[in-house]
Amino acid sequence: MKIFKNFVIIFLLMTINNINANEKSERNEITKNLRCLICQGQSVYDSDSDFANSMKILVDKKLDEGLSEKEIYIYFKEKYGDWILYDPGLNKNTYLLWLLPILIFLFGGAIIAKSFILKK
Amino acid sequence: MKKKLIPYSIILTFLIIFAVFYKSLKDTNIYTPETKINNDIPIFSADLLLLNENSNSTEIFELDKFYLLNIWASWCVPCRDEHPILMRLSKNNKLNIIGINYKDNKKNAKSFLDELGNPYEKIIVDKNGTNSIEWGAFGVPETFIIYNNKIIKKYIGPLNNELLLEIQKIIK
Repeated sequence: MKIFKNFVIIFLLMTINNINANEKSERNEITKNLRCLICQGQSVYDSDSDFANSMKILVDKKLDEGLSEKEIYIYFKEKYGDWILYDPGLNKNTYLLWLLPILIFLFGGAIIAKSFILKK
Repeated sequence: MKKKLIPYSIILTFLIIFAVFYKSLKDTNIYTPETKINNDIPIFSADLLLLNENSNSTEIFELDKFYLLNIWASWCVPCRDEHPILMRLSKNNKLNIIGINYKDNKKNAKSFLDELGNPYEKIIVDKNGTNSIEWGAFGVPETFIIYNNKIIKKYIGPLNNELLLEIQKIIK
């Protein structure tokens, strides 16, 4: 019985640890996708500037308030614009970025179809 | 037909590349934040400096009044430069000046105001910088013009005489 009790305690301790780690990794995941606007070429996660540190605290706060990852991105996008996100959405400045691979794929497919399938 | 297709496609490819590069030649690499925004002000509650009380956004910002929100800190040198302009603006009855004390300690903030004068009606304490982020700020100093709970103008960096005239024009 005593062994069983010990097991339960150890198990509980381990799960608590796990929960903490999960929270932190969610925050890290989000801050890796946010650009530190006052540093060059760094994410909020990488940077140790005043701005980035405040952002990290705010992301924690928003997670505590129960916002999902997507909602947090939308929240920051409203405040700072598209530039804060590393993953750009489809808009008039980025349509080429999104459509070019598809066009190249179709063009290449057409060449292959022409030279191999139609020749037969 | 096939002979014509190759040169045409080469020319077309080069034209597309030219167009892309020509377009991006005009864009700057340096990020320039938008200064004309029409966002709602954030909802928050925070401690006030000098008054030792807690307040929230609906208490501080009333409708149909012009507010100037200035983010400052005693350790920020450009804030010292723009302070005389805030003092001049504080004489205008139509404008209420609210301060956000960014990552500062109380003692230094108080001696800063004792030395240079206090243009602020209320000062929000922002110990960890999160309040400023909720406003969409980048750092200190930064100034927002607020009317009817909307941010109508945003100035990044210290105010100068030119901007003073612009602000006076806006609140007329």
